[in-house]
Amino acid sequence: MTDPMTTDAPIPLLATAPECVHCGFCLPACPTYDVLGTEMDSPRGRLALMSALESGDLAPTRAAVGHLDACLGCRACETACPSGVPYGERLEATRATLHDSPLRDRRAAQASRWIRAAVTAPAWMQRLGAGGQRVLRAVGVDRLAERWAARHPDTHLGAALSLWSAGSHWAAQRPSPAPGTTFAPSGPRRMRVALHLGCMQRWMFGGVHRDTIDVLTALGCEVVVPVGQGCCGALAAHEGAADEARGWMRHNLDAYERAGPFDALVVNAAGCGSSLADAARLFDDDATRERAVALGSRVRDVLDLVAELGPLPHARWTHRTQRVAYHDACHLAHAQGVRAAPRRVLEGLPGLELVALAEADRCCGSAGIYNVTQPATALAVLEGKLERLAALDIDVVAAGNPGCLLQLEAGARRAGHTWRLAHPIELVAGRLR
Amino acid sequence: MESMSTTHDRSAVLAALTARLGAERVTSDVADLLVYASDGSTLHDATPAGVVFPESTAEVVDIVTTCAAHGVPFVARGSGTGLSGGAMALDGGIVVALNRLRRILDVDVPNRCARVQPGVANLAISRAVEHHGLHYAPDPSSQAVCSIGGNVAHNSGGPHTLKNGVTVNHVLGLQIVLSDGTLVDVGGPERPGYDLAALITGSEGTFGIVTEVTVKLSPLPEGVRTAIAAFATIDDASHAVTSVIAGGLMPAALEMLDRVVVAALEAAFGLTFPPGAAALLLLECDGPEDGLDDEISRAVDICREHGALEVRLARDDNERAALWTARKKAFGALGRIARNYCTQDGVIPRTKLPEMLRRVGEIADRHRLRVANVFHAGDGNLHPCILFDDRDADERARVVSAGREILDVCLELGGSLSGEHGIGIEKREAMARMFAEDDLAVMRALREALDPLGLCNPHKVLPGGSRCVELGPGGKQVHA
Repeated sequence: MTDPMTTDAPIPLLATAPECVHCGFCLPACPTYDVLGTEMDSPRGRLALMSALESGDLAPTRAAVGHLDACLGCRACETACPSGVPYGERLEATRATLHDSPLRDRRAAQASRWIRAAVTAPAWMQRLGAGGQRVLRAVGVDRLAERWAARHPDTHLGAALSLWSAGSHWAAQRPSPAPGTTFAPSGPRRMRVALHLGCMQRWMFGGVHRDTIDVLTALGCEVVVPVGQGCCGALAAHEGAADEARGWMRHNLDAYERAGPFDALVVNAAGCGSSLADAARLFDDDATRERAVALGSRVRDVLDLVAELGPLPHARWTHRTQRVAYHDACHLAHAQGVRAAPRRVLEGLPGLELVALAEADRCCGSAGIYNVTQPATALAVLEGKLERLAALDIDVVAAGNPGCLLQLEAGARRAGHTWRLAHPIELVAGRLR
Repeated sequence: MESMSTTHDRSAVLAALTARLGAERVTSDVADLLVYASDGSTLHDATPAGVVFPESTAEVVDIVTTCAAHGVPFVARGSGTGLSGGAMALDGGIVVALNRLRRILDVDVPNRCARVQPGVANLAISRAVEHHGLHYAPDPSSQAVCSIGGNVAHNSGGPHTLKNGVTVNHVLGLQIVLSDGTLVDVGGPERPGYDLAALITGSEGTFGIVTEVTVKLSPLPEGVRTAIAAFATIDDASHAVTSVIAGGLMPAALEMLDRVVVAALEAAFGLTFPPGAAALLLLECDGPEDGLDDEISRAVDICREHGALEVRLARDDNERAALWTARKKAFGALGRIARNYCTQDGVIPRTKLPEMLRRVGEIADRHRLRVANVFHAGDGNLHPCILFDDRDADERARVVSAGREILDVCLELGGSLSGEHGIGIEKREAMARMFAEDDLAVMRALREALDPLGLCNPHKVLPGGSRCVELGPGGKQVHA
């Protein structure tokens, strides 16, 4: 043994992934610990459960599985953890081992499967769905559904319906670009980027994709929309459906490799961006890992890229000051470390005042489709977010993730708040027109 | 006097509480018990019979009364950041988790005090009153996490203890549920009689369960200056500490970190330190702006006179916050270099620092262990962290022996077993080496008077018989 006081030998770091040392710094960062107040629903408690399950000291119980399923996967604990425990990876790995366990809540698992099937359905079905949504909206059925959902927000169906209604104004915007399309830069080409459409984002947030293209082309990017791309697999991976997630990711690796050279894979949904950037986690074989690392290293959140490319040419003023609160999507702030760039871009828009939101990087309770699989806890987590927003005098709440947008929109509607929800890129694009 | 409850008694308590509080608020599921088996320490664990989650003082009274009726021991638990096993339920006791009692009941700005529930995090109090220019002064490193109830139990300190004092100096009154369920208020401003609030502060849950704490709020200092000095040797840094205090300066904090800790902080927070630095000194002065720059520059000069390689002043609040985040998360960051660590908490006279640290190094060498030192140098409160791997039973045993030897050296040098982490289960046997039998007898008499059935956190603090208590599924044992 070396005496650290008398030698200059370097201090070796652990060769393996760090383990939880029980310091507890994750506790105040954890939204579910905050609302449930139980150690089992804290990161430290869940890590103890995961370790005991892995070592065999603990056989799965309904309670243990329930506590692991009650995790949002927001990864705020990773930001707080001084040891650097890879919590998100551990959670996905453990959930994969429990995926088919009869101890899991069957209705929650079923809800998850249905939603994954719906959002990853073929494009023609999604177009049909979006059309149907417009028709239902026209005849007022969505109002009825929303009213019923507002009375039953803590049920799987009530949660799903209220999110569905919350998405109506996005669904009514321009449709997503067709894969295979290329958009030329206005002016000299500075870079060539590929756009990831995603599943839910492609179906419901076509307008956000169009705005992304408008802004990037205005900033000198050639934007290609590669054919053959699909869901990033994040929803499946978070659920523990590892094979399904791997399948999607292989699909994407092929599609983006076929798309020819590009400088960045632009993603405008935090969850997809995080999943694609960290694609290598899904694979064991070196060859695929290598491909996944190559793709992952080129993933850029749209706001991060816009911040780098500089101010918009000819950004239009608004007729009055727009007061905006920025909510950090967990998979931007905690998973990808993107915090400053979106704020910098928004602050740079003329006539936009960025209003500081307390605990902006605390989860809103959306967490993929957690708000449908665990509706009661999701509502309790959302409540704190809405309270902190309600303390502000704002016109718009901006968030760079479709899940957060729907969750916050649904919550704001139920509570009668008048602010509107927008992806930051929508606010940027609004200044081009 | 220690209780001899049976499985039947424990089941009866859990059944009765489940009937009244609901199944959501009482658990004996094996998975749930597993996470409540240990606290901030990873050296020991003990599986409780059950965990109960009260949401009001009345429910705490109910829980304690029920336990008393069946002779079942209980222990209150806050955020589980304790480092001496204080919140471990021995003898199959019940854990009373106070995390849902976390309201700030009343803030009295003119009289500078606040009444809070025990589950409130230390830092949450300061956050709630900072717009009044006030704060709750004691600041344990875990202050963002640790509960005020746990602070009262351990009489916790923190880096700013040097100037501000420890928990007992900032607790004005307490409400406590005694072991028979009686609810009493003790202390309070200007109330004559025995100072029971001071007695209960630091009693580690052996007198009952505290359900309300009235804390003193102090004005935030007008100005703060923070510096970090790097030294080539621990000796240089130690001498600088002694000279700063001997020079008549009264720093708010004076913290030392050795190169093992520095390596962990570099990995965790990307902080960079000058090459060849074997020790860092974190110095802070606060108070009225007038004269503050003089004070910090005198301290900086003293560091330079003692051979500091480099001294940096925090330029703004962000830099200061970054330094303190690194210092306060230093224990946790050790997870970058070891799977587990065991933190010691001995106190020694400041002048003995170099000798003490040398001997800690010798003890570690002899037991083939690595030690990281991070400590409150200004008041001689050491935190040697012994690094280990809990899968290695032999190494775990060596950690226990080395910890014991370190404490013996503290006593030999005229110091104490604990500065702020409490005695808990970890250091109870060492109490017999620090106190004479008569001294311990007075403590025992007090404990028996307040907890005649021996149900409040049994086996903690005071040395006991020679029984060996089996502590949980990991086969980890402590002698009790």
